[in-house]
Amino acid sequence: MKDFAALFTTLDQTTKTSVKTAALAEYFRTAPEDDRLWTVALLSGRRPRRSITSTRLREWAAERAGISLWLFEACYPVVGDLSETIALVLPPPATQIEKSLTGWITALRALDKADDPTRKDFVFTAWDGLAPTERFVFNKLITGGWRMGVSQKLMTRALAQATGIDEAELTHRLMGDWSPDRITWDGLITAPDPAADLSRPYPFSLAHPLEDAPETLGPVTDWIAEHKWDGIRGQLILRGGDHHLWSRGEELMTDRFPELAQLTDFLPHGTVIDGEVLAWNNAADTPLGFSSLQPRIGRKTVPKKLLTDAPVIVMAYDLLEWQGADIRDWPLSRRRATLATALFDLPLGLPLRLSPPVPAQDWTDLAQARATARDIGAEGLMLKRAASPYLPGRRRGDWWKWKLDPLTIDAVMIYAQAGSGRRATLYTDFTFAVRDGEALVPFTKAYSGLTDAEFREITAWVRKNTTDRFGPVRAVRPEHVFEIAFEGIQASPRHKSGVALRFPRMARWRRDKPVAEANTLDDLKAMLAQYG
Amino acid sequence: MVLTFTEAGIYCPAADAHIDPWRPVDRALITHGHSDHARWGHRRYLATEAAAPVIRHRLGDITLQTIRYGERLKMGDATISYHPAGHVPGSAQIRVEVGGEVWVVSGDYKTTPDGLSEPFEPLRCHAFISECTFGLPIYRWPDEATLAREINGWWLETRAKGQTAILGVYALGKAQRVLRLLDPSIGPILTHGAVEATTEVLRAQGIALPATIPVTQALDLKTHRGAMVLAPPSALGSAWMRKFGPVSTGFASGWMRLRGVRRRRAADRGFVVSDHADWAGLNSAIAETGAEKIFVTHGYTAQFAQWLRAQGYDAGIVQTEFGGETLDDTPETEVPE
Repeated sequence: MKDFAALFTTLDQTTKTSVKTAALAEYFRTAPEDDRLWTVALLSGRRPRRSITSTRLREWAAERAGISLWLFEACYPVVGDLSETIALVLPPPATQIEKSLTGWITALRALDKADDPTRKDFVFTAWDGLAPTERFVFNKLITGGWRMGVSQKLMTRALAQATGIDEAELTHRLMGDWSPDRITWDGLITAPDPAADLSRPYPFSLAHPLEDAPETLGPVTDWIAEHKWDGIRGQLILRGGDHHLWSRGEELMTDRFPELAQLTDFLPHGTVIDGEVLAWNNAADTPLGFSSLQPRIGRKTVPKKLLTDAPVIVMAYDLLEWQGADIRDWPLSRRRATLATALFDLPLGLPLRLSPPVPAQDWTDLAQARATARDIGAEGLMLKRAASPYLPGRRRGDWWKWKLDPLTIDAVMIYAQAGSGRRATLYTDFTFAVRDGEALVPFTKAYSGLTDAEFREITAWVRKNTTDRFGPVRAVRPEHVFEIAFEGIQASPRHKSGVALRFPRMARWRRDKPVAEANTLDDLKAMLAQYG
Repeated sequence: MVLTFTEAGIYCPAADAHIDPWRPVDRALITHGHSDHARWGHRRYLATEAAAPVIRHRLGDITLQTIRYGERLKMGDATISYHPAGHVPGSAQIRVEVGGEVWVVSGDYKTTPDGLSEPFEPLRCHAFISECTFGLPIYRWPDEATLAREINGWWLETRAKGQTAILGVYALGKAQRVLRLLDPSIGPILTHGAVEATTEVLRAQGIALPATIPVTQALDLKTHRGAMVLAPPSALGSAWMRKFGPVSTGFASGWMRLRGVRRRRAADRGFVVSDHADWAGLNSAIAETGAEKIFVTHGYTAQFAQWLRAQGYDAGIVQTEFGGETLDDTPETEVPE
């Protein structure tokens, strides 16, 4: 695994994408085929099934390091990564084991049926025979969740450099449900059979936030506008009599939304739709809030009650494949017209509908539609160029999200907690409260929005102004007011304040505001009444 | 109580003196010259002979009395002595004895020799006030030979690419320690003004250090491509750095042990170099004092105190304003705070 660990070190030591791409491309040219294939799998989020729980790993690492479990647990939030924490507390290795990446993965998977003492013995032997970086990599193979500072896009670019195959084409080949067990390097990369994987999705097209005035986009007639729905992006695939639903994170969600199965009876084979999965209130014919959708995301099997409480629909806005043909290079106007025709004859009540275009004579019409988007449960508008093809990834120019300005409230910081990973030495996770008479009522947490310099400043302040500690959480003097921005507000019995916010973050540090001028619980309730 | 903990700092009533106080006091016993320990504004200072030049350089015109390591000084009903802490040149632990009861304030310390500072001297005492900047078992330092190999290896690699190596180090202690690890046969060693000033003070008191070239307006940087530049951490990424052309940046700190911190610094390389004791160092130092009562000051105080209690010590936490090894971008100040 030495060469893979060396690749990891090279990638980890640079922030320059050109250096990373070159290092990866070199690895793809020189490494053994099975190691290459596993590397592609790992870097695209396909980790081997876990044969050892993290609870066991923690216990074993503490035992091997000669420390109590609580002390190991105290180290973890400082490091922010379990695999690294283990690598750091273990004593230096005594031997050196030579085994390839694939060799280790195979050995780990063979533990699937082994008993606990056998697993422990295997892990101890591995820890004792691996250099520090290899040890970290080994732990990552067990726990999964790789990043290595390499995005899938960068990995694909390196792969394109190494193989000479077009990057967009590779992006598509790497999508979907494949595993190094069931496919070869040639089958996946160099000579794939398109019929081999009927569930394979297309790479998603992503929008940029619109920062300039919409008039800068040219005539309004060049654009198709629709509402920006607040659900989960999904790609619905109907091929070979089956249906598949993919999330934008390339997760297969088919089983979570069984109500979509009936669609195979109504739409032709060879249809791929891009849209938004929404929890839907059939009576009012409006979306239920995102919080209604949440319980449906979490579970693999759906109880009947949940199906009735939060039925879902796919709000369709694009057509990528029609009658078995990839139509992504058609202009959007033609794809949408075809989609509209395909959906026109569907019986009412099916969980699929067309995201209606928002008509406009000029940009003022659209500005008005955006301003009232919250009334129909949308987050703003999407603007898509009528003549544009469906391109993979996030590119500037054809797709824009024109979101509503966030709601804001001025709140008092009352608790602080250190971040994890690269923010492990800073206080970055804060709890905020609104005033209720003399009391302060916590209502949200937020951990983003400040600059690194501001985080450093507030960290120094937190250290000097801690009034109490609860494990990793510090209560601080209620002195600082922050403007909290958020996208939506909903009633929540689980929270003391009775509300839950969507996407809360720190918009500004209000150094100019004393605590006495922070917003109150009544202000928050008024917002709930208006927007909840 | 031999020592008490007050708003101004650690206080010895018998001697009527404070140790490393953070508010202005009449009499300050100073462990070493770092700015969170030697502050401006006290009426009288007491420090080791070896620490005095840097303290004078940083604090200017102060009333400073010096003391030799091991020299016993009667102060009121207390007997005070200073003993090597191995942290930076001249750094001391301060031993206070009142009526046969001995307390020791560690200041900042490290137990392994760095070839520069006077080696740490274990002291027997009844109560030990210890720092614990790196008081978790994830912190283990490489030995000096490994460090020298890593840093010189990076320098050679950087030089081979036609780049200049810029290493972020604190001006007092770490800069000079790294200087002694560098292999001057590889190329010239350049210094930022803040580093050079402190280095010059230490040279003047007789500490042997390799030759350095201060980076000034007049210096022709083109002829020094491939040099090693020692600069305060705050200079990394600054306008000052840009004049060197293509560079590779490094940062030397105990925090570089953590991958998350290495990445957040956005330096090309991180070297695990600290002038504080690592986990093993803290534990061995405390065991060697034979003390039953331990107070921990700055660092992972809650976790480390809990660990000490589990080992049978009577351990408590003292809130101080010592910074330990800071990662903040504020450079060590050359001017009074």
